[in-house]
Amino acid sequence: MRKKRWIECLLVVGLIVLGGWAYQTRQVNKANMTITAVGSTALQPLVEAAGEDYSTHHLGTFINVQGGGSGTGLSQVQEGAVDIGNADIFAEEQKGIKANRLQDHKVAVVGITPIVNQSVGVHQLTTTQLINIFTGKVRNWSQVGGNNQKIVILNRAQGSGTRTTFERFGLKNHRSIAAQEQDSSGMVRQIVSTTPGAISYVGFSYVDKSVQAVSLNGVAPTNQNVASNKWSIWSYEHMYTSKTPQPLAQRFIKYVQSRQIQNSLVRRLGYISMADMNVTRDGQGRVHKVEASHE
Amino acid sequence: MNSKVSNQIAIATLYVIASTIVVILAALLGYIIISGLPALSWHFLTSPAKAFTAGGGIGIQLFNSFYLLILTMIISFPIALGAGIYLNEYAKQNWLTSLVRTAIEILSSLPSVVVGLFGFLVFVVQFGFGFSILSGAFALTFFNLPLLTRSIEEALAAVPDEQREGGLALGLSKWETVLHIIVPAALPTILTGVILSAGRIFGEAAALIFTAGQSAPALNFTDWNPFNISSPLNPMRPAETLAVHIWKINSEGIMPDAKAISSGASAVLVISVLGFNLLARFVGHRLFKRLTAG
Amino acid sequence: MNNKLQKQLLKRSKAAKLERLGKTVSFLALMLITVTVFAIIIFVASKGLATFFSNRVNIIDFLTGKDWNPNVTNSKGQPEVGALPMISGSFVVTILSALLATPFAIGTAIFMNEISPHRGAKLLQPVIELLVGIPSVVYGFIGLTVVVPAIRSIFGGSGFGILAGTFVLFVMILPTVTSMSVDALRSVPRYYREAALALGATQWQTIYKVVLRAATPGMLTAVVFGMARAFGEALAVQMVIGNAALLPTNLVSPASTLTSVLTTGIGNTVMGSLQNNALWSLALVLLMMSLIFNLVIRMIGRKGAMSK
Repeated sequence: MRKKRWIECLLVVGLIVLGGWAYQTRQVNKANMTITAVGSTALQPLVEAAGEDYSTHHLGTFINVQGGGSGTGLSQVQEGAVDIGNADIFAEEQKGIKANRLQDHKVAVVGITPIVNQSVGVHQLTTTQLINIFTGKVRNWSQVGGNNQKIVILNRAQGSGTRTTFERFGLKNHRSIAAQEQDSSGMVRQIVSTTPGAISYVGFSYVDKSVQAVSLNGVAPTNQNVASNKWSIWSYEHMYTSKTPQPLAQRFIKYVQSRQIQNSLVRRLGYISMADMNVTRDGQGRVHKVEASHE
Repeated sequence: MNSKVSNQIAIATLYVIASTIVVILAALLGYIIISGLPALSWHFLTSPAKAFTAGGGIGIQLFNSFYLLILTMIISFPIALGAGIYLNEYAKQNWLTSLVRTAIEILSSLPSVVVGLFGFLVFVVQFGFGFSILSGAFALTFFNLPLLTRSIEEALAAVPDEQREGGLALGLSKWETVLHIIVPAALPTILTGVILSAGRIFGEAAALIFTAGQSAPALNFTDWNPFNISSPLNPMRPAETLAVHIWKINSEGIMPDAKAISSGASAVLVISVLGFNLLARFVGHRLFKRLTAG
Repeated sequence: MNNKLQKQLLKRSKAAKLERLGKTVSFLALMLITVTVFAIIIFVASKGLATFFSNRVNIIDFLTGKDWNPNVTNSKGQPEVGALPMISGSFVVTILSALLATPFAIGTAIFMNEISPHRGAKLLQPVIELLVGIPSVVYGFIGLTVVVPAIRSIFGGSGFGILAGTFVLFVMILPTVTSMSVDALRSVPRYYREAALALGATQWQTIYKVVLRAATPGMLTAVVFGMARAFGEALAVQMVIGNAALLPTNLVSPASTLTSVLTTGIGNTVMGSLQNNALWSLALVLLMMSLIFNLVIRMIGRKGAMSK
């Protein structure tokens, strides 16, 4: 009994000493070497990859990237719980966010295109046809020049950035009828590719051979057409900070906006680089030509 | 005669039903393992995940799952043991006890999404733990407590009253009886309960998405100092677990081999749970034998 | 051993102290759980009720409205937060999966306990424990890759919908209902069976007329418990049901449940906004339902105890 006590005491003391030693010998970081970015799942891969890059170039820094959705990102950065809030939409578009308290940093552009199942036999539509489809006025593909097949609408979740952008610029502010909803682009593509008659919309980077991208009014969904705003369904990817951002957050965002990342990671992940854009667009949807463009 | 025939029919039907269940499980397991097996390799099990290129593994997620499991158990087992002991040994039959029991039942039927969101607001935001293993472990503790408490309580209740009377007759206090006689006697059952709940924790995703987070930063496996940010032992780092990883790549995965990864990860997950089950039976049997023989 | 006991016996005051300490500590553990539960309930309630008090949504409109568009205000100037599609979706999948699972679960339980206890213990017990252990994301993954395509090829449409959700939930609640039914059967005293057999009843007659009757309250509890689980299940259902906020009209068109709308929506809303509060109101409905399920279980238990 006595002996056992001794051993227990020794163990506890040993653990405390070990803990103290570990604490003393920890890597002493300069303060604020960790930042957290939360939000849009669409932007997550880019920020994650850029963060890994940044960490390998700046040892001891740590960029922690989380998904959770644009709404979460914006509300977290507004409350000061995280350093960066990633969002697919302007803060002004999100209900419950005081946009004037946040600093917008645009890091990339993403084009969004309607996609359909391979079997519907439609390669292009007009905006009116698209609106008719999503508002339920047209219910069969034969009415818009396709095969005799029922139209199956698939939406992104309410409030998702992709849906907001699509309804605003693709459907000209018409609201889609209630239909099946999925909360991610990967799932949307998978469902469209396997469901006869399905139509939905995804970012350009999600389009592959399994689905058919649709041209609108004769304009094909390409990066060039987005750059000139001929294809109007696109949105910025934003990294929001507070008005007085944390220094590391600021440096990291600068890094993401740098030519190096814009030309490598941003393109490889299927985004359109900010440098390629010939126009800018603000939160109200007003489009301006870029004055000093490279042409 | 008639009743004999109906007897035969009924029993045959029961055989069919029972074998259907076995077939369902066999089909499930077979499907998961056969579709996942081609993806499994040493490389897959040990290398970190890739964000958008092929060839990523699940090494870090696997480690995170185990680490989170151990932390959760360290937090929840003492609480569940205490609660189980009180409920079975001390609690009187009154309104308070019945209220507490109801509370535990409610907690056990609470959707894990709700538990996760509660954990997100309280631990991640309010307490400032951020997306971290610690937040995840607390959320999982909520999720785990009711089941663990119940299984411990049942294990204790299964110990015959003679044992208690024996202890008290020897002049031991009630607490000593519980600690030295009842708990050891119930140990095999308790352990089985613990290991089975470990399987559940291992596969939980909904409670972790908003607490332990959805990213698995690279770890330095030579650094075991828990105060370093890249150390695997650091409880304050974000940690995507295997189950969360499966959910994420099924919904957001843009790597070309997403399907292979998710079936591989599912196979690993199911094999782990299988392992926990086998372990539970083995340990339970072994302990029971030792305790009853010695 | 004797020595140890003697010592412990002599130090009486210490044992009493220890007794007190042990009792307090274990009581505190229990209280911690209870307090947590109430914290969660209060928290969900305060968030969920905000929709009705601070956003002034009529509670009747919320429960009976058919349109779920929290971003949009309707003609009356109120946001469109009708939860009826989700509430009915949740109920339909829950009831259907319970209807499907009950015969299988009870049949298996009878098989395990009455017909072939040996095989029951050796084969079925591990099978059921394994089914409990399979994570819900894996069920969802299988539902997505096997069940949904199968339904699509048989019934057409997208394959997502109540039927797919029912199948996934059926497999998920099966083990819970089965193992609780086994417990219920096990608690039927042996002499009931012996008496029936001695009277010349066949095995099935014994089971059907005696054992099942005696175990009815326990089995009802098992089924209600399974329903509670099905009602609260989130990820697996969300992956296969299609998440369309429409009143379910048939089994193979997309529908939604409370949990599926909750999980898809919560990341896209801002804490404190109406959209977010409306989702918390859904969580509150979930919570109320699990309270009601609990009450039902208790009532069954009490009735069962009285009739014994």
